[in-house]
Amino acid sequence: MTTFRPNSVGRPIKRREDPRLIRGLATYTDDVKLPGMTCAAFVRSDFAAGAIRSIDTSAAAAHPGVVGVYTYADLDGKVGATPIGVEIPGMPDHPLLANGRVLYVGHPVAVVVAETPYAARDAAAMVEVDIEPREAVVDVEAALAPGAPRVYEELDSNVCLHIPAPNPEADKLFEQADQTLSIRLLNQRVAPFPMEGRAICAHWEEGPGKLTIWTSNQAPHSVKQQIAMCLGIPEIRIRAIAPEVGGGFGAKIPTYAEDALLCWVSRDLMRPVKWAETRTENLLGMTHGRGHVEKIDVAFQTDGRVLALKGQTISEIGAFRSFFGPFIALSTHTMSCGCYDIKAVAWETSSVFTNTMATEAYRGAGRPEAAYIIERVMDEVAAATGLDPVAVRRRNFISKDVFPHTTPSGATYDTGDYEKPLDRLIELAGYDEARTAQRSAREEGRLVGIGLATFTEVCGLGPSTGATPQQRMGTWESATVRVEPTGNVTVYTGVSPHGQGQETVFAQMVADAFGVGLDDVVVVHGDTDQVQHGVGTFGSRGIAVGGAALDMALVKVHAKATRIAAHHLDAPVDQIEFEDGEFTVSGTDRTLTFREVAEKAHLWNVNVPGEEPGLEAVARFEPSATTFPFGAHLCQVEIDPESGQIEIQRYVAIDDFGEVLNPMLADGQRLGGVVQGIGQAMWEEVQYDEGGQLLSGTLMDYAVPRAKHFPRMELDNTVTPTPINPLGAKGIGELGTIGATPCIVNAIVDALRPLGITNIDMPAKPERVWQAIRSAGAA
Amino acid sequence: MPRSVPVTVTVNGSKHEREVEPRTLLVHFLREELDLTGAHIGCESTLCGACTVHLDGRAVKSCTVLAVQADGQQVTTIEGLAASADELHPLQTGFWEKHGLQCGYCTPGMIMAAKQLLDDNPNPTEAEIREAIDGNICRCTGYQQIVDAVQHAADVAGGA
Repeated sequence: MTTFRPNSVGRPIKRREDPRLIRGLATYTDDVKLPGMTCAAFVRSDFAAGAIRSIDTSAAAAHPGVVGVYTYADLDGKVGATPIGVEIPGMPDHPLLANGRVLYVGHPVAVVVAETPYAARDAAAMVEVDIEPREAVVDVEAALAPGAPRVYEELDSNVCLHIPAPNPEADKLFEQADQTLSIRLLNQRVAPFPMEGRAICAHWEEGPGKLTIWTSNQAPHSVKQQIAMCLGIPEIRIRAIAPEVGGGFGAKIPTYAEDALLCWVSRDLMRPVKWAETRTENLLGMTHGRGHVEKIDVAFQTDGRVLALKGQTISEIGAFRSFFGPFIALSTHTMSCGCYDIKAVAWETSSVFTNTMATEAYRGAGRPEAAYIIERVMDEVAAATGLDPVAVRRRNFISKDVFPHTTPSGATYDTGDYEKPLDRLIELAGYDEARTAQRSAREEGRLVGIGLATFTEVCGLGPSTGATPQQRMGTWESATVRVEPTGNVTVYTGVSPHGQGQETVFAQMVADAFGVGLDDVVVVHGDTDQVQHGVGTFGSRGIAVGGAALDMALVKVHAKATRIAAHHLDAPVDQIEFEDGEFTVSGTDRTLTFREVAEKAHLWNVNVPGEEPGLEAVARFEPSATTFPFGAHLCQVEIDPESGQIEIQRYVAIDDFGEVLNPMLADGQRLGGVVQGIGQAMWEEVQYDEGGQLLSGTLMDYAVPRAKHFPRMELDNTVTPTPINPLGAKGIGELGTIGATPCIVNAIVDALRPLGITNIDMPAKPERVWQAIRSAGAA
Repeated sequence: MPRSVPVTVTVNGSKHEREVEPRTLLVHFLREELDLTGAHIGCESTLCGACTVHLDGRAVKSCTVLAVQADGQQVTTIEGLAASADELHPLQTGFWEKHGLQCGYCTPGMIMAAKQLLDDNPNPTEAEIREAIDGNICRCTGYQQIVDAVQHAADVAGGA
């Protein structure tokens, strides 16, 4: 737990953020209004691939209210390319607007700026773009075929990144194994679908020479750095603000082409310009997640022990390199051993261009894919050996006595005790009774399935050793604690929460450190002019890294306050005790309150020798390693054989994410994650037709989970702290999506296995399930 | 310039007269003309519910209602839900107590949809709550704590 004795920390404190949100008084980017504001609308390609023959902007430019129309010709040589987080030598840059060719449906070709959003959209519809279409390549496996159309004609193939990983040790284990099996899994492309889409308001002020950017983003300090590089504006003249942000899920980590472009446009027009994407634009042009084809071979013994994995991942990265997109598949392979003591792995990775929107991090970013692989594998090994899926998992668990544990796939797990949540799951779910009931149901011909996932994942990104020059900063995190003369406290954090609740949890930490009330603390985030450096909120790092930095800053301030108290109490520092907001000389009744110390720290006439005035500290936490929470999930489904409809009857999640600072908020993260994971397993899918037209471009066609799809979830947790940070907390934001997808699919396959069905690809839509049942019956 | 038409709408008890383009959506009228930005735009197609407000006492998705359709009528938005500036409506209290929100973007619409339910059915079951908010998407919470929030509001309003 925290360095300070928990009092507020650990309790289900309701959020400090909520009053403004529940009263409609919060400010999201599209709520920002500035004098002279203009509005932007984009002209986007209707073709997945083609050459731009001409762009006629004359009618748009003449439309009443229009103040500017821009195409690539206006930018050429004046701005850089779309920001990326990792360079890959030899790969083409992605211009901010299409330069002579379009690469995917939705590719921005021109932008119209007008006095009102209606005028901008009207005029955008008047821009005539003449495109000579050419053959698109959409299917990722087709993109790898010899002679396939190439997304970039100047490249030899569609392969952006290829990492072979031959492993003679794995080959040897495959020769020695009692049995082997092969499975092909699809981890389909999904839309992150934050309720607030992308939005930006860029405001160049010529007088001070300053660019202020309101952006619906998870990493405003990164936006500042990336815009600075792209536009050639010194970063000291840029302020990026992430105001209220309506969800991100990874897709708001990048600095998008539209963001950089509108900053440049604001400078060109010397007026503020705002853009909030439509939902269709969001589905077309916000990065997608997942998009993996996995081919896996498994070597195992008849007793259920898995010896080795060999696999190939084909990752569709879309038409251009997003911030991290080409590299996400690598974390899939790093995490491919899950919580199992597997002896060797050999993975080959190909990140492949197609004429589709780019893919990027999405809640879990490579780890859900890994959990899906290994948890589906465990169930198939159970089926092949005739063992219970629980028994197979227990047989393969890494023993709790061997941590830290480095897997053959290169991950070093901090702590783990995988039996613990599984034991609790078995107990809470009544596993044995559920299996008995399942047998009875099967005798009646009912399709009842029980699915498990026992998984681990990576949180608390992370040591800066993984950062790249393009990112412009490491992956540490910062915090400033500033105590006012009154004893009220402002925290400035470099994480950028957008629903996770750090305004509350960090206030709880301050309250425990100084004995002040929650109302006496304000937590500032998401503003690069107010917050010293920061990295942002993603990779389940808000508490594990940002909270750790805050703990360090609190320790520094508390130490100084103690020295000041000791001076004024005329006692040695080691005689000072602190409790409930009071410094006391040990064994006496001589006390100073924290507020009195804060006041003395600021007054000119009571300076402490050797101390600077003021009571403030900055801390930066550089984690030595990442953290590895884990969990055990179970769900029970029943499938209607006549319709393929799947009813989720139970979902039980036991997670272990170390120490818990606010259990109510942690539950929220877990419940939301599970539902998002179930969404992928059962309904969600970004679909393009073979010509590259997006078929899932509205909410009529993209199925987001709704309230009535779910039973009441059952949650519990076990606690295995991490030594990586002073809080002992591991991270919670992505566990749900990681555990839920394999858990659901294992349950569905379990229900269908008596019919001879051994896999259902996600999303397990009723039609797909019904077809599988029909095919099995016909066989 | 586009043709304008006069509209008079009473919003949260205050009467507003404006000249707007006939195509102006109610949500844009509220957000742009009246600076009431609590109703959010999530899909422009009646499918996500982030823009839900009450029009003459019934919940509507204000992204697919024209401002002219609200002419002469009463609109209640999230900003006007509570009885006064220093009070919360029981639904607002419920969402706060039960952690019924995370990013908050869907919340105003979700609360206004839930108000319709409680107006019609002060003692809903869990299934009825889930059915009633079926037209409102939340991407953060997984809905369970929203269900609890609405239940809490029903319990409080019912004097339980």
